[in-house]
Amino acid sequence: MDRIPIIKVGDFLLVSIQVDMHDRLVMSLQDDLTTQVVKARAKGVLIDISSLDVVDSFIGRMLGNMASMTRVLGAEAVVVGMRPAVATTIVELGLSLTNVRTALDVDKGMAVLRALVNPAGDEGGHGSGQN
Amino acid sequence: MGPGRTETFPLRTDEDVLRVRQTVRIWMVEQRTFSLVEQTKMVTATSELGRNVVVHGGGGTARLELLSEGGRLGIRVTFQDQGPGIASIEQASRDGFTTGDGLGLGLGGSKRLVDDFEIASEVGKGTRVTITKWK
Repeated sequence: MDRIPIIKVGDFLLVSIQVDMHDRLVMSLQDDLTTQVVKARAKGVLIDISSLDVVDSFIGRMLGNMASMTRVLGAEAVVVGMRPAVATTIVELGLSLTNVRTALDVDKGMAVLRALVNPAGDEGGHGSGQN
Repeated sequence: MGPGRTETFPLRTDEDVLRVRQTVRIWMVEQRTFSLVEQTKMVTATSELGRNVVVHGGGGTARLELLSEGGRLGIRVTFQDQGPGIASIEQASRDGFTTGDGLGLGLGGSKRLVDDFEIASEVGKGTRVTITKWK
């Protein structure tokens, strides 16, 4: 497998990482994601890392980059599903992920994205006054 | 298989790093004594140091060993490269020190994740890093 699939769900993109990624795979995901955010006119990106049993400094940096790039393109990003052992490890490693918004699972992540994209709860979504 | 087991892997590509860290995971799971957090820490340290060998050391090897010492079970990984070496290990181990575009957490961060950490480096000759996790 040499690509991580990116699935469009309404205004959002869903990335579910199901394999242990080598560095080039992580970098190609980063490129694919920025391309897809623009192409799909996505308002939000949800990255599910619940299958990842290792997040090292490289993967952590790439998660941060993907969140920043998504934001620069006018969308929001949430990383969900980090395993407890991974959380313990990255904190001791010194990785803070301060610029990455996180949520416990996909449901909570979707709720966070909806609230960010549509803060007033307006389902019309005209977005004329949004920045 | 238990203590005494050793195996050496090449480290030239990022797929090699993946294989080594996955093998460390399998060996630790097979021993049935290491907790999930202990496994994750050792595997993550292996990933950091394996990447150092590939990116900074110009490639090298990782030697995996299962040990038994004073009633303790251990897993050790020795990373060896013939790269440029590290002029100041103290400086290179500090968080935030980086020669490339990384975060500079590789050496210092890995040290915090394992029980024993040894490094020997000679400029122009290469670097050897040994990490051990005990149970």
